[in-house]
Amino acid sequence: MQLALFIIVAIFTIGGALGVVATRNVVHAALFLLLSLLGAAGAYLLLFAEFLALVQVLIYGGAITIVVLFAVMLTRSSEYPRITDNKQWPLALLTAAALSGVLGAAFWLAPEVVAEPQAPVFSDLAASLFTKWALPFEIASLVLLVALIGAIIIARAQNVDAPTDASSDGEA
Amino acid sequence: MVPLLYFQLLGAALFGIGLYGVLARRSAVLIVLSIELMLNAVNINLIAAASYLNGIGRFDAFDGQIIAIFVITVAAAEVGLAFAIILRMYRNRGTVNVDEINILKW
Repeated sequence: MQLALFIIVAIFTIGGALGVVATRNVVHAALFLLLSLLGAAGAYLLLFAEFLALVQVLIYGGAITIVVLFAVMLTRSSEYPRITDNKQWPLALLTAAALSGVLGAAFWLAPEVVAEPQAPVFSDLAASLFTKWALPFEIASLVLLVALIGAIIIARAQNVDAPTDASSDGEA
Repeated sequence: MVPLLYFQLLGAALFGIGLYGVLARRSAVLIVLSIELMLNAVNINLIAAASYLNGIGRFDAFDGQIIAIFVITVAAAEVGLAFAIILRMYRNRGTVNVDEINILKW
C-alpha cells in the first residue's frame, strides 16, 4: 500500500520535473513545477512530516508559483519559445546523468537503514524550533526581511525619485 | 513500508534533472525553476533522513525537518530576489536570455 503510494508520488515528482526541463512554454514549465512540488508534498506526507507538507503546499504551491507566473507575464513571453535550450545540452545531459549516477550509487552502497519511519509529535517540533534552533530562526527572519527590501529596491522603476539620473539616457 | 533508499534515489534523480535544467536552459526564468527543483531534492533527502533516523546516534528528533524549513525559507527569499534581478535585467537589456547577458564578460 505504502509502496504503491510512493510510486504514484514519485511519478508525479519526476514527471513534473521532466516537464519543467523539457517543455518549450514557460507557463507550462511553471505549472509542471507546481505538479512536481505537490508530488514532493506527498512524499513528505509518506514520511510523516505533515507540517512540512502543509508548508510546501502553502509556500511553494501558492507563493512561489504565483511569483513565477508574475515574472513570466512581466517579461515578454513571445520571446520564450525561441530561447529554450543552448548548444551544450548533450554535455549537460551527460553531467546530470553522471551526478545522479554517483549520488544514487553512494546511497545504494551506504549501510542499509533498518529503522521504521516514525510519526513525530508536533509540539516537540515547535519546542525544538523555538529553543535549540531559536537563533537560526531569528536569522532566517532577518534574511527574509533583507531579501524583501532588496527585491523592492532592485525591481523598482529607477527614475521615480532619482532626478540626478535624468541626464543618463542609456536607461530604459 | 518503503525503504529509505527509495526516497534517497528519488532525491538524487530530482537533483540530476534540476542540474540538467540549470546547465541546458537559456531563459533565466527556467533556470530559476530548475534551481527550485534542486532545492526540493535536498529537502526530500533531509526529511527522509529525519524520519528514518529519528533518535538514532547523535541525530536529534527534528533536526532534519527544521533544516528543511530553513531551506524553504531561503528558497522563498531567493525566488523573490532572483525575479527582481530578472525584471531589472529585462528592463535594461530587453531580454531574459542568459547567453545575451554578457556585460560582465571581458
